[in-house]
Formats: sequence, structure tokens, C-alpha cells
Amino acid sequence: MTEAFRDRVDIALTVNGEAVEARVPASRHMIDFLRLDLGLTGAHAGCEHGVCGACTIHVDGQAVRGCLMLAAQADGTEVWTLEGLTETGVIRDLQDAFVARNALQCGYCTPGMLASAMELLEQGGIPDRTTIREHLSGNYCRCTGYEAIIDAVEGVAKARAGKETA
Amino acid sequence: MKAMAGGYARATDVQHALDLLAGADGMGRVLAGGQSLIAAMNMRLSTGDMLVDISRIADLRGVSVLDNRLHIGALTRHVDIGADPLIAEHAPLLAQAVGHIAHAAIRNRGTIGGALAHADPAAEFPACVLALGGVIHVQGPDGTRDIPAEDFFVDVFETAIDEGEILTAITLPLAESGEQHLLRETARRSGDYALAGLCLVKRAAGHRLSAFSVGPRPVLAVAAMERLDAGDIAGAVSALRDEIDPPSDTQASAAYRRHLAGVLLTRAIADITGESA
Repeated sequence: MTEAFRDRVDIALTVNGEAVEARVPASRHMIDFLRLDLGLTGAHAGCEHGVCGACTIHVDGQAVRGCLMLAAQADGTEVWTLEGLTETGVIRDLQDAFVARNALQCGYCTPGMLASAMELLEQGGIPDRTTIREHLSGNYCRCTGYEAIIDAVEGVAKARAGKETA
Repeated sequence: MKAMAGGYARATDVQHALDLLAGADGMGRVLAGGQSLIAAMNMRLSTGDMLVDISRIADLRGVSVLDNRLHIGALTRHVDIGADPLIAEHAPLLAQAVGHIAHAAIRNRGTIGGALAHADPAAEFPACVLALGGVIHVQGPDGTRDIPAEDFFVDVFETAIDEGEILTAITLPLAESGEQHLLRETARRSGDYALAGLCLVKRAAGHRLSAFSVGPRPVLAVAAMERLDAGDIAGAVSALRDEIDPPSDTQASAAYRRHLAGVLLTRAIADITGESA
């Protein structure tokens, strides 16, 4: 029966719209798979225990912690990282707002911030600042003090709702 | 750090998962949402695990009403518990709990069965199921067992699940008309583990009160429940503080946690009374 357990697992998934097949070590988490095996360094490995949020990616339409998901579990999934989200332009307005409002300094948290904020913005409407803060509470930023990030997300929400320009 | 698993297998159904566990020479470890397990593996708090990934077993996911009880599949994710209309109607305590559990990205993958099987003493769902008088259903090589929540939580990270068994579902009584549920907790930051927390359920038959993050496992505060039924709030606060044995750690002292539990109960009673007035 133990022969069913594998040290290395074959997976087939799509990453940023492209089909990927790979054989991954059983212990490899998604961020190491994306960064080391696929060369997609957009998502960052921070704390590696789910606290900092720098590794946030989208899997099957939901924001998840890349460090708390094994690559072996990604078989058949649709994964988007910052590279793909940038290329498709779906968060162009959010990225522009981050730049315009100085919502980043060192940039380490930024891919995760964008991936998390994107999920909130996709829910539609104009979330109040408390809701934005709560949604981003799982993403640490050690540079900005968060205000500019909240400003950027709020501005994009309003712009998307057509009530003002970001 | 990097995880060091012994191996990985994806179970196609519960029987397959049980066979895999049986063949893992005692190193089998059930992987569901992985939001605690993979963190522990990354920190090498757990190594050599033969991972049995049950997360694709569709039968174990979803919420339904069966035989006049609320049936929650073990793999139902926190985000789905928070949005499910049956949960909102029949067990609103669980929906309240969701907002306190970690962060959105973690709630997207974490499962209620995983939270119960993991049995973190600071976790919300174990205390909720205890306060609601739920039953935890497990399946093993010798068949199924139904374990009342009162008998399920044994110690820190320790439950009544035996080696080779898998938690498959939770069932809860349906909320009666007029039943009130309230979860109150204090944490230093949003998403942090609670310093102390309470689940209060007010039914026609009486109060049920559980406390979490105040000892090695969630506590059903039986003496405090009796005082609440008698309308003696001060007595209930005093009884609750006597019934819990909170730890001291870098987050809070035992004395502070004991104090906090009483404050939370006073506030919870005020909120419930206010709502019903």
C-alpha cells in the first residue's frame, strides 16, 4: 500500500494561462515551485508559515497563501501570479494607484498586497476603509505604514464604481 | 524553513484514504486545507509525514440538513461556512466565528474538519461546536463513530480520533426559533489567536457557554451555565473564572486571561439581553 505514496509527484496545471507539467518533490510548496522551478519570482517567500502574506497568489479564482499549499496539491488548478496579472492588465489601475500614492517602498509585500486587494475589489462595491484594512490584515508591510495602501485600494474601488478617478 | 515530508498520496475517496493511512506505518498524516499542517511542516515541527491528501474528496464537502440536524462536511472551507445560508439560519455562531479566523487567504483553504482535528486550544470552531452540543463523525478501518463534542477534545492538539481514523463530518442541532448565538474574543491584532474567547448560546432550555484560549482545550463552562440559567450574572462570571485554567505566555498572563474571560461574558450577556429587548 505504501507504493501509493510518492516522494515526487506529477502535476499538470495552468500558470498564468499557460499549461505546465512538472514533477515536484512532495514537500515543495507553491512558492518554491513557482520561483525556483518556473522562474516566476513575482510571488515572494517571506515567513513561510502563513503570517506575512508576501506569497499570496490566486488559485482557482481565490487568493491563497502560496507557502501553505503544496505544489503536489496544485494538479488541475489554474494559478495566477503577479507576472500573469500584470501581463493581462486586470490590475493595471491598482498597480498605477500604488505607484501614484507611494503605496510601496521596498516592494517586498507588494505582490501579495496586490493579489489580496484584487480579491476584495473583485467583490465589487466600495468597501469602507475598515473593510479594506481587515481584508489586508493578513499582509504585512514594514515600510509604508499602510495608509497609502488603503488610499490606493479605496481610490481604485471608487474609480471602478465610476464615482471618482483614482 | 522547508518542509520534509515522507511522501504524498492523493485519496480518491474515504476508503482509499483509510487504506493509505493503514499502509503508512503510523506515519500517516491527513492533509485537508493544510493551513496549520503545512505551516508546521515548513517549521519542521512535523517531519517525515506520509501525507494523505483528502482535499479532493467531494463527498466530504458541503452543508445540508439531514434528519433534522445540520450536517457539515469536514472539508467545508471557512469561507464557505461564512457565506452558507443554511449555516446562517441554523448555526449562526459558526458564521460569526469565521470573521475571527486568521485572514481571508487562509479562510479560502482552511477547513472546519481540519480545525477540529487539529484542536488548537485557541481556535474558534472547536469551542463553537462544543457550545452548540455538536457531534463529530469519524470513520476508520472498523467503521464509523459518532463522538459528542464534550468527549472529543482531549488536550493540546489532541482529540478522540484514533490512529487510522478520519474526521468526516460534524452535525449540529438546528437552531430553535429565538435561539441566540454570540462569539466574543479579544486578540491583539485582527487575525491573531485570541487571548481569550467565549461562545454563548441561549436556548429555551438554558444557556450554553464555552471558552477558548484559556486552557489546553476548549472548556464547556457548566457551572457558569447554571448561574446564567438562574439569572445570576455576577455568579456566572465568578464561576467561569473558577472553571478555566489559562496559560501564561508572551501574549498574556494567566491572571489577565482569567480577568478577560469574565469581562467578555459580562459584555456578551449585555449584548444578548440588548438584542432580545
